Parts: sequence; structure tokens; C-alpha cells
Amino acid sequence: MLTSILSLIQAAVVFGTVIMLGCIGEILSEKSGSLNLGVPGIMYIGAIAALVGVFFYEGAAENPSPLLCVVIALACGFCASFAAGLLFSFLTITLRANQNVTGLTLTIFGSGIANFFGGSLNKLAGGVGQISVSVTSDAFRTKIPELSDIPVIGPLLFQYGFMVYFAVIAAILLQFFLSKTSTGLNLRAVGENPEAADAAGIHVIRYKYLATCIGAGITGLGGVYYVMDYIKGTWANDGSIEKLGWLAVALVIFTTWKPKNGIWGAYVFGLLYWAYYYIPGLNRSSQEIFKMLPYIVTIIVLVVVSFRNKKENLGPAHLGRSYFREER
Amino acid sequence: MQYEAGKISAKKKHREPLLRIAKRDSMPLLLSWGIRIIAVLLSLVVCAVVIYAITRMNPLKVYGAMFEGAFGSERKIWITIRDTVSLLCIGVALAPAFKMRFWNIGAEGQVLVGGIATAACMIYLGDVLPTPALFLVMIITSCLAGALWGVIPAVFKSRWGTNETLFTLMMNYVAIQITSYCVALWENPPGSNYVGIIHPQTKAGWFPSLFGQQYMLNVILVLALAVGMFIYLRSTKHGYEISVVGQSESTARYAGINVGKVFVRTMLISGAVAGLTGFIAVSGSSHTISVNTAGGRGFTAIIVAWMAKFNTMTMIIISLLLIFLEKGANEIASQFNLNDFASQIITGIILFFIIGSEFFINYQMIWRGKNKEVA
Repeated sequence: MLTSILSLIQAAVVFGTVIMLGCIGEILSEKSGSLNLGVPGIMYIGAIAALVGVFFYEGAAENPSPLLCVVIALACGFCASFAAGLLFSFLTITLRANQNVTGLTLTIFGSGIANFFGGSLNKLAGGVGQISVSVTSDAFRTKIPELSDIPVIGPLLFQYGFMVYFAVIAAILLQFFLSKTSTGLNLRAVGENPEAADAAGIHVIRYKYLATCIGAGITGLGGVYYVMDYIKGTWANDGSIEKLGWLAVALVIFTTWKPKNGIWGAYVFGLLYWAYYYIPGLNRSSQEIFKMLPYIVTIIVLVVVSFRNKKENLGPAHLGRSYFREER
Repeated sequence: MQYEAGKISAKKKHREPLLRIAKRDSMPLLLSWGIRIIAVLLSLVVCAVVIYAITRMNPLKVYGAMFEGAFGSERKIWITIRDTVSLLCIGVALAPAFKMRFWNIGAEGQVLVGGIATAACMIYLGDVLPTPALFLVMIITSCLAGALWGVIPAVFKSRWGTNETLFTLMMNYVAIQITSYCVALWENPPGSNYVGIIHPQTKAGWFPSLFGQQYMLNVILVLALAVGMFIYLRSTKHGYEISVVGQSESTARYAGINVGKVFVRTMLISGAVAGLTGFIAVSGSSHTISVNTAGGRGFTAIIVAWMAKFNTMTMIIISLLLIFLEKGANEIASQFNLNDFASQIITGIILFFIIGSEFFINYQMIWRGKNKEVA
């Protein structure tokens, strides 16, 4: 009983970390007024860029250094997703295209790129038709020594790869940035009322570009974590990143745009997502019904938030609209 | 010296910017389509570069192969047509919702529940009811299922202002899980996790062939829906109300339009048409149900509806373009031993260009110095 509860929590934490990174990246982007529905595409792009980078490094180097592997994976993933965010920003901010349509296109494009190259890598690797970057994956999944051997508390708190802790720290830092720094205040002003922000001398376009691109970069790290830790450095064209990406978008609503809520919210989503696996006596068809839980909960949160109609729980006022100074 | 520098910078401040951007009033139809066509051509050039970079193959040959894949034989032409009308039908369903700025991202789910309703009728009633009654029941249940899926977010939006983009998105996943549940329930043979073709012998609940063509009825139905929606949006009171709500909710309110009622009514129609697409997909083409019955078309159709500016006639061209790309890229994939996700890359690049081209249609750029001529 205890072990199955522990393994449920572990599964939830690992799952939660993927969508937590996706979620806080998207919060940063939405705070600037950019509703980026390209989250699944960006996670795909981050994942595949990291995988490709590491694959070639591990293939070329005789004794690949784990540290360098991790750096390459993170750098490739971040830069590629940053570039995807740049594309989104150029289309929606400079060319003022519709954000929903651009985001959905980015999702199609990203999943195309990732699955195309992922499938090709699998072919390149030959043999069993499954690539594996074991050195990097092991480095990502290294547990904290000694502390992880403590019974109960060890598996609960310390038996994860470093990205789990990184995600939590990133969420706390983002919360601090948004609520306590003047730059963060400016950013929120851009998302709430760009006209006023512009009049106050804030460079609206620069803020929107930076927030959207850096947000995309963080979202992409969620993809990196997924491919390196969650599926252990392999690739599968099964569309699961897409599902996770949409859950990350849902989590943004669930947290009411506050990164600190993302920390526990992501783990709750993880628990709900894996609950079906640990509830005894379910057959295959009723498991499918239980897999609805995270989506139903999101809908309920969405509805409850709109019932209470508190301003601070709703998204940024200018979310989803492009800013055009000459348009009054 | 310092004085001089100050003078220059003061002078600089008064210089007009190199580039100014202003909204255009309107653009001749021909010119705006010209810009879109240029965008598509440019995107094909970029795609050619990408194709060459990846495969080192002659891009012209590749485009030839794509054409072959979509229109190479009579059978391929009909499959292209079948998929085009299926995409078009979802676009038609989305048109009224998007015209009133209701972001219905849930077409995928609405199509699926329509498909589930149809499949359930085929399985449970296929051997019981006579064909006309069976079709009537299938149409009614699929419309009701789709309408229900569409109207739930609309009710919450109209009463409490709940965000519809995310609500409809989540409804997709609920529908997908219900589909998985039904697939596990109806699987045939047991343990396969596939429903398999329903009634392969009796063909109960299958669309009949018209004029010797299996998919003719699909085409006729969807074109009728497209024309009907075109008239509904353009020439009826409902259509007018939808466009006023889309332009500005507050204007609509001042004009005495009950905005909430328009939301609910329009989403009932939108969902019902999407449900009908599910009916056509199950009864008229695949004769089975799976989570891939909608196959991502619910999302692609959003782009179709938006790019066509909610004009259901324009949607025909755009759906055809997208399906041509999909079929073409699948052909390249199998001919040149690539994997078929290449089509998504090509589609993505072309869509990015078309999305970007809208800027040059809606806005004009005024370069420095040209100002006098313009004024």
C-alpha cells in the first residue's frame, strides 16, 4: 500500500514537472498579453532539438561527458523553443496576426518537425528502430546521493532528477519577478493595458517580444525534461507531448495566472492523470473514463473562477489581442 | 561643438520615422487575393528549400509527386474530394461561431461525439430499423450530441462570461476519452482495441452510392450545408445579429440584441453541424469509430474558417489547398521513404506565410519621403 502510494506520488511529480515548466513559460507569455496556443508545438520543438543535439554529440564523442550532455540538451532545447517563440512574436506582434490561429499553426508545425525528425532519428539509429541517448538521460535522472536513501522521505522528496527542483525554483523566481520587481510590474501593465503602459514610457513591443520568447524557451524546457527523463531519452511518435502541452495551457487557468500555484497545481494534475492506474478493480474501458479527470477538473476551475468573478483571478485584460499604437 | 551636436539631435527628433504603418480602409478584392497568392508562392519556394535541405531531391520533382499523390488516379481524386468536404464541413460548422468572435476550438470534440452517436445507432439499431428510419435517427442523434457539446461552453459564457477558448478545448479531451471508452466497449474482435468496420456484410447505416460514386452523397450534403450557411450568415436576421455581436458586443447590447441568446443559439447550430460532420465521417466514409475519426481536422478547420473570413464559399478553395498538401506530402513520404509528418511541416510553413500576408492586406506601410504624395 505504502509503496503504491509512493510510486503514485513519484509518477505525479515527474508528470507535473513537464507541465509545470510548460505552464510557467506560458504564464510569462500571457502576462504580456500573448495567448500562445502553440505550447504543444513549442514543447515538441524543444524536445526534438535537445534530442538531436545530444544524439550527435553522443555519437561523435568517444567518452561523452554527462555534464556537457546536459548543457547541450538544455541549450538546444531552449534556443530552438526561443526561436519558435520569436516566430510567433513576429507574426502576432509585428505583423499583428491573430494569436489563436498563429498558435494553432505553430502547434501543427512543431509537431510536424518533431515527429519528422524523431522518426528519421529512429531510422538513423537502425537496429531496433528506437534511438536512445543513455548518457544524457542518465545524467538527467541522477538522484541526489545519500538523501534519496532515507526511507519514505527519500523516495518522496529526493529521488528525482535535477529538473524537478529546477522547475520549482523557476516557478518561485517567476512569482517573485512578477509580483515584486518593477520590471515585472511593467510587464503586467503591458498585458493589462498596453496603451497606458506605452504612455508611461514602457517599451511595449520589446516587453512583449522578450516575455513571449523567454516564455517559449521555458516551455520548451518542459519538452526537454519530457524526452530526457519522462521517456528516458527515447522518441515515440505517439502524440503524447501534444496532450501534455494542452494540459499545460489548462494549468495556466487552473493557477489563475500565478506561478506559485503552478507548483502544487502541476502535481495535482499529475495525481489526477495517473489516478486510474492505481485505483484497483478498473477494467480497460472504465480506465478511459478516469483519464478524463484532469480535463473535468480544469473545466470546473474555469467555471468556479468565472462565478466568483474576482478581477485578480481572471487573465490579463488585454490577453489575446495585438497592440497597435495608432489604433484608437 | 557641443552646441552643434545638440542642434543635430534636436533636428533628428523632428525627422519622421523611416517607416510608418497605417490601417488600410479597404483593398480591391483582386489585389488582396493577389497578395495571398504571392504569399503561397513564396511559401512554396521556402518549402522547396527545406525539402532540398532535408532530402537533396529536386523540389520540382517533389511537387510533381505531390500532385500525383492528390490527383493521380480516379480513386485518389475521390479520396481527396472526400477529405476536402470533411474539412470543409467542419469549417462551415465553425463559421457562425467565429463570426461572432466565439473561439470554438472544440470542433474536434463536437465531431467525435457526433461520430459516437452515429456509430452507436449503427451498432444497436442497424439490424432493427429500416434504412430511412435509421438514417433519420442517426442524423438527429449526431446533431443533438454535437449541439450539446457546443452549447455547454456557450451557456456558461453567456451567463458567467466563462472563457470559451479553454472550455471548448477541454471538452475535446473529454470527448476523446469518451471515444476511447466506447472503443473499448464495442471493440471487435475483442482485445483488439479497434471497433473495426461496422456491418461489413449488410452495410446497414452506410451511405448509398450515388451516380456510381461512393462519396457523392458526402459531397452533395456538405455543399448544401455550405450554401445554406452562406445564406444564413449573409441574408437572415440571425446572421445579421451574429455579425453585430462579432463586431462589438457592446454595440449589440445597445442595439437591443440579447447577446447571451445569440451565443447559445449560434453554438447550438455550430455544434449541430460539427456533429453532422461526425455522422458523415462515420456513416459516409470510415464506417468505424476511433479517436482519430476527427483526426486533428477540428483544429485545421479553425484555420480554414478564419482565413476564409467566415465565407463558406472561400473555404472550399482553402480546404482543397490544405488537403492537397496533406495528400501530396503523404505521397512524397511513401515514394521517397520519408515519414509522413513532412506534410505537417509543409502545411505549417504555408500557413505561416498566409497568416503573415494578412498584414499587408490590412495595413499599408508608408516609407519616409513618400508622405507628401500620400497626403
